[in-house]
Amino acid sequence: MGFFFQELVNGITTGALYALVALGFSMVYGVLKLLNFAHGDLYMVGAYVGFFVIQFFGGAADLSIAVPLLLVIMFVAAAGLVGGLGVAIERFAYRPLRDAPRIAPLITAIGVSFFLESSALLLFGGQFRVYNTSEFISLSSGIRIGSVTIDSVQILVLVLGLALMTGLRLLVNRTRLGKQMRAVAADREAAEMLGINVNFVITATFLLGSALAGIAGVMGGLLFNTVTSTIGFIVGLKAFTAAVVGGIGSIPGAMLGGLLIGIAESMVTGYISSTYTNLIVFGLLIVVMLVRPSGLLGRVQLQKV
Amino acid sequence: MSVESQGPQVGADEWVARQARRREYLPSWLGSAQRAGERVGWWPRLAVAGLAAVVLPSLGLGGFQLQVGIDAMVIALLAVGLNIVVGWAGLLDLGYIAFFGFGAYGFALLSSNQIGTTGIHLPAYLSVPIVMIVAALLGLAVGLPSRRLIGDYLAIVTLFFGEAFVEFTNNVAPSKLGGPNGITGIDPIRAFGWQLTSNFGYYYLMVIVLVVVMAVLRLLESSRTGRAWRAVREDPLAAASMTIPVNRVKLAAFAAGAVVAGLAGTLYAAQQASVFPTDFDTPILILIYAGLILGGAGSIAGACLGALVVMVIYDGLLRSPAESGYLFYGLILLTLLAKLRPWRRLAGVLAATVALGLAAHAIAKAISASAVAGGPQSGGWIADALRDWVIVPAKAQPAGNWGFVVLVCVLITLVQVSSRWRTILLPPTLFLASFVWETTLVVQPSVTRQLMIGAILIVMMNARPQGLLGQRRVEALT
Repeated sequence: MGFFFQELVNGITTGALYALVALGFSMVYGVLKLLNFAHGDLYMVGAYVGFFVIQFFGGAADLSIAVPLLLVIMFVAAAGLVGGLGVAIERFAYRPLRDAPRIAPLITAIGVSFFLESSALLLFGGQFRVYNTSEFISLSSGIRIGSVTIDSVQILVLVLGLALMTGLRLLVNRTRLGKQMRAVAADREAAEMLGINVNFVITATFLLGSALAGIAGVMGGLLFNTVTSTIGFIVGLKAFTAAVVGGIGSIPGAMLGGLLIGIAESMVTGYISSTYTNLIVFGLLIVVMLVRPSGLLGRVQLQKV
Repeated sequence: MSVESQGPQVGADEWVARQARRREYLPSWLGSAQRAGERVGWWPRLAVAGLAAVVLPSLGLGGFQLQVGIDAMVIALLAVGLNIVVGWAGLLDLGYIAFFGFGAYGFALLSSNQIGTTGIHLPAYLSVPIVMIVAALLGLAVGLPSRRLIGDYLAIVTLFFGEAFVEFTNNVAPSKLGGPNGITGIDPIRAFGWQLTSNFGYYYLMVIVLVVVMAVLRLLESSRTGRAWRAVREDPLAAASMTIPVNRVKLAAFAAGAVVAGLAGTLYAAQQASVFPTDFDTPILILIYAGLILGGAGSIAGACLGALVVMVIYDGLLRSPAESGYLFYGLILLTLLAKLRPWRRLAGVLAATVALGLAAHAIAKAISASAVAGGPQSGGWIADALRDWVIVPAKAQPAGNWGFVVLVCVLITLVQVSSRWRTILLPPTLFLASFVWETTLVVQPSVTRQLMIGAILIVMMNARPQGLLGQRRVEALT
């Protein structure tokens, strides 16, 4: 039983990470109805930002500042830079296409993803960059319940992930900006007619979503340790799955989907074989889509004539 | 997109589209030529293009160019097939590459030592039709979700189908499918005692297949099924009320696309004599989409032409520094010629760029000799022409990286500012672009070509969403 719970904990941790990426993805889909293929690459950029922050302060082995401060700087830098990058992408690649046929922004998103990935390869090189988390965060310290260990990085990821998701939920449900976001998601033209600054709302959505992806990137670096230019694609795909399984455009759905994908993944890895992990996760997605085309928590949309 | 769940329907208002198209003829005699070309009809044009492709190798194409030509035609065949699903039926199929992979793997299994003790070695007239038929069935199976899912959801499910195919070939039954090592030692195309081994043979075969497929598709386009596809694309609900069996029509589109992709796969496998899972991954899918989008979704000639252009750029020109240099500077010059009017402004910008480079080079040389020690990385006469103009430091790579970041920022600014500032900013931007090209991009062709494809997609979509030969689709308000 211990093994099961250990896998469950691991699954929930990676699930929280997927959920964060899926949230941004889902929010962007909500306001723009755009599948932002570049979202996974923002995660990759976030992971690189975290890596370079560690390098800036002397590398993992001999840090020149305290570890909590380093973590704060890593998360803030990743959120800020990646958020800005997301806003820039929206401004220059997607905004001119807002009224174009739906396929145009989709293809542009694929182009942006390609562009980001090869830019990272060009600028940062093809080699694996390593966080060396264990050098500055003791992995053995943590909570131990019976034979199940939750190490400090997992605690960090879980607590921060939960805090961010709660914050986002409050923002969307309780604040003026959140209300505007929901209005834009429901009907952009009507929202515009009611005096909502649609451009501002979309920019804010991209900022928030991209910042979440950047933070998730740092988390991913801490958890999985290695960073390359191609990590974005597969995480983006998983987040994509998470958002879709939960019901795209729905925020609780994205969280639920993220957790489900994370747990499914670690269970398959633990009990069956790691070679089939992706195959089974994708199979799961196809089944969910066929049974419930709008996702687990998504609303069934009526077709207007 | 098939159905908009929210907002107005996106469709083509015939009259507006026709009016918009009228203005799209090129100016003066070029426009007359264009109109004359359109009056000739499709089959003479196709025949002329086919003849040109047949004559091309005898003008002295070497082994490398021939290989590029074959690869380009494989991608063109795929783009033409994808056009059925995406361009005509309006179903966004992101798993299309899997049918290509299926065709290649299917042919590989039927004509190699993989199965059984001695393997199966079917002749091509059996194996190719078998693969095509099974691909059609697979297309029907993958198309099934299109009965319930619309638009983006269908795109997602098909994307996962494509990814699942790569995972499958990588992990399942390594003794049969070879895992990451793929299948090697595949028979060439073989029938009635003779077999195709030379690349010349495959080149001609590809030309014949491409021309035949395009002709068949052209007939299909104006057939009942073809018209039904377009009706379903514009408005499934209206199509259904016109008694078009929407679901069956969608499935037919998937199957037809899969057949073409399967055919392309068999030819690819036979020509390469080996297949690997990475040959059928997302980057190739993006190339096919780039070709289709560049040429214009919905147009057979556009899809073919776009794919050929993309592949010749991607595979042919961006491989060697000298040739990619011609392409890079040629494209910049062409863009300037097309966009900068009047000619006085063009001359001014060019003169300012040259002067700026010469001055910057002289200053940098005076300050430190190592700042210009590198020399341009492009080959040929371009390098000689640029020697005293572009700055290439001894440590080119890190400087080039910073230059790249700055260049992206400058280009983004350039799009935003007024046209007067744009003219002023243009010479430094051109100089910077050349600097980045010579220091970084040209030495890493494998990265650069991906970067270029991404950039082409973004720019193309923003400048001309309907593609080169595609018809502008106008949003009809409901």
